[in-house]
Amino acid sequence: MALLEVAKLEAFYGQTQVLRGLDFSLEEGGITTILGANGAGKTTTLRALCGMVRTRGDIVFGGSRISGAATESIVRHRIAHVPEGRGTFVRLSTEENLRLGAYTRKDSAGVEEDLERVFQYFPRLKERHRQQAGTLSGGEQQMLAVGRALMMRPRLMLLDEPSFGLAPNLTEELFDILGAINKERQVGMLVVEQNASLALAIASHAYLLETGRIVISGTAREIEQDETVRKAYLGY
Amino acid sequence: MSAPTNARELAALSSGAKLSPMQVAGIGAALLVAFALPVFMSDYRTFQFTLVVVYAIAVLGLNILTGFNGQFSLGHSAFYAIGAYTAAIMMDQFGIAYYWTIPAAGTICLVAGFLFGLPALRLEGLYLALATFALSIATPQMLKYDHFEKWTGGVQGVVITKPDAPFGLEMSQDNWLYYFSLVIMIGLFVCAWNLLRGRSGRAMKAIRDNPIAARAMGINTALYKSLTFGVSALYTGVAGALGAIAIQFVAPDSFTFFLSVAILVGMVIGGIGSIPGAIFGGFVIVFIPNVAEQISKAAAWAAYGALLILFMYFMPLGIWGFLRMGYARLMRGRKAG
Amino acid sequence: MELFLQQTFSGLAFGGIYACMALAVVMIYQATDHLNFAQGEMAMFSTYVAYTLITWGVPYWWTFLLAMAISFVGGLLVERIIVRPVEGTSVLNEVIVFIGLLAIFNSLAGWIWDYTIKPYPSPFPKEPILGNKFVGTHDLGVVGVTLVVLFAVFLFFRFTPVGLAMRAAAQDPASARLVGIRVGWMLALGWGLAAAIGAVAGMMVAPIVFLEPNMMGSILLYGFAGALLGGITNPAGAVVGGFTVGVLETLVGAYVPFIGNELKLSFALVLIIAVLVFRPSGLFGYVVVKRV
Repeated sequence: MALLEVAKLEAFYGQTQVLRGLDFSLEEGGITTILGANGAGKTTTLRALCGMVRTRGDIVFGGSRISGAATESIVRHRIAHVPEGRGTFVRLSTEENLRLGAYTRKDSAGVEEDLERVFQYFPRLKERHRQQAGTLSGGEQQMLAVGRALMMRPRLMLLDEPSFGLAPNLTEELFDILGAINKERQVGMLVVEQNASLALAIASHAYLLETGRIVISGTAREIEQDETVRKAYLGY
Repeated sequence: MSAPTNARELAALSSGAKLSPMQVAGIGAALLVAFALPVFMSDYRTFQFTLVVVYAIAVLGLNILTGFNGQFSLGHSAFYAIGAYTAAIMMDQFGIAYYWTIPAAGTICLVAGFLFGLPALRLEGLYLALATFALSIATPQMLKYDHFEKWTGGVQGVVITKPDAPFGLEMSQDNWLYYFSLVIMIGLFVCAWNLLRGRSGRAMKAIRDNPIAARAMGINTALYKSLTFGVSALYTGVAGALGAIAIQFVAPDSFTFFLSVAILVGMVIGGIGSIPGAIFGGFVIVFIPNVAEQISKAAAWAAYGALLILFMYFMPLGIWGFLRMGYARLMRGRKAG
Repeated sequence: MELFLQQTFSGLAFGGIYACMALAVVMIYQATDHLNFAQGEMAMFSTYVAYTLITWGVPYWWTFLLAMAISFVGGLLVERIIVRPVEGTSVLNEVIVFIGLLAIFNSLAGWIWDYTIKPYPSPFPKEPILGNKFVGTHDLGVVGVTLVVLFAVFLFFRFTPVGLAMRAAAQDPASARLVGIRVGWMLALGWGLAAAIGAVAGMMVAPIVFLEPNMMGSILLYGFAGALLGGITNPAGAVVGGFTVGVLETLVGAYVPFIGNELKLSFALVLIIAVLVFRPSGLFGYVVVKRV
């Protein structure tokens, strides 16, 4: 059974329709990336999965129907969303942000373990764990956002443009860590990215979104070699 | 087009710039009734209707500021009090005739309102509500202040003599006062209507709907907001003066926060952003306590509270808005069918 | 000198009460961007509930805790049932509902318990502590109790998961939802807590000003002034603001002849307007930038 199954997903901002019937699925523990230009509907897809916009269609996660539910109920299925803009609580400390990621968990021993693990992945966060999150640099806030998502022990992580505003070396570091997290913790990931080559490097599957529809889908290798994609998104 | 959900959309239904023949007929009929009333009513009833007129003016005053200009005031009892005490002091201390107190009260309140409007410029919504709330709460204490006692009469207040009808007219004092107030009310309502449908009115409404855009369009928001405060205070002050003359008495505890709430209730029930609604408001303010007091001392206050909440849930545009929406739907239905 | 100390302590006692009101107001403001104008009347109503418990013979401190608990539930229900339908609509709609609540609580209290002034007991002994003449024991007691309550609230927000969740929900509801926080219930909890804190203020001030339905009107005003002065975006600042206003108001009343006891409310009015015009973020708050 697939981890996530999406059928005929439509999404609306008010009266404007942004997604026009998406069909896709994700396997347990895999990394999938959604590519596309600005305005194609990539962010909206992630928001739709979390119930943050009005939707029509079916979303089934781990066998349960989550379409139409409230965001705070959906994430309790252990879907962690790292939104555009990171969504860090800027006036709370780094550690408080991380602990909030574990808000829905009842196993305090497991939470402490996971906190240590997050600090291992992101040693800079450990250095600054008492610091107010708003004073962290862009890269550190991104790590914090990913760390907070990890604290949920998610089955699926949704990442919206994790490379945004990050220097290239930091971005590579982040993606390496994402790859490691996926392998070591079997966390499935759905990554929305404009930086196609970076995303395709760690993904196993990919979808290309254009004006609210999936126009190309396949394995990451297939997509990388697809000529349209290469010309438009990979630059060669 | 879907049904209007706020004052702005409702106003768009009819620009109010010209009156339709039906509206003119309606107003004519209403005026006829208004002038004929005292003939059929006891003096006490006439007195009550005078108060309806008085509070209608006060509600219109608040509406000019809050409904049409978007500045939320919980402090209009202060301006009402200034108007009332102006009339009382002029008549009692200086023996000035009652009809001079009206323009005096209006002018003093115009200035007071404008002056209060200046610091209020920097306050939006909630903070303005807070500042005016403070004004309301502080007012009775200020009125009781020792050093002003020789004018204000301190806690005891001031007693006023009711004027007689002029030119030896054979009319009771209550009837005369009713006509006097009614004429003033009509004059003030016409002025308000003129003001609000003209350029100034559009500027005021623009400030209400989108202050930043208004400023970008070149409207001097600061000037308009302060002036609107002044005009609003003027209306409420005139109401206060008329009210004082009608009741023949002013005392600090008549001008508490409860009065501000009463005027607010009148505006909410009558209709925020509606001129005719102010008259409904006047009726509400006079007759609800009348009825409620027979149940218990606390009932009027409770009724106001419950009405405020219920109207916010179910009829945010007030009775007038509700009637107009119904009328608009009826018209649309007829056109479509 | 003696007078000064007496006045200062009396000011601190009132300050503690204002600090509680300020904190209650700021808690709701932080979570909803609204000022609960009905906070004072809710506190007054809680005090009447406590009064009833006392007349039934419940010992003082049990009454104290029970009244806080009942107020907590009451505040929570008020938010869920009465405030929720207008949440997110305009400022006008919401403030009007708060004023409506103010009127209803006030009249309910008058109806149930009538308008005669009632005495409310103080749990603190009458004899001055350590034989000193400066500080009334009730004043000391008030300062003590309010400090304990405020400290407990601080601990709650700083060190419990629910407190953390409430802070998160207030600061950033969208992100809070993403970690599974039920923002609506956090709001209700905030109202409950604010109501409980308000009850403390009411029960502490009633022995001084006597229990009657209009007792909290001016106290709420001072609470607002304190919250504004300290910074309406900063709970700790609001508490400091409350104490400051208490001391200021008492000292100004005692030492500035033309204000005396009779224009203290006008003093609060001027203070509020001055803060709003010259330093709207208060002493310790931060400025909110308005995005166009």
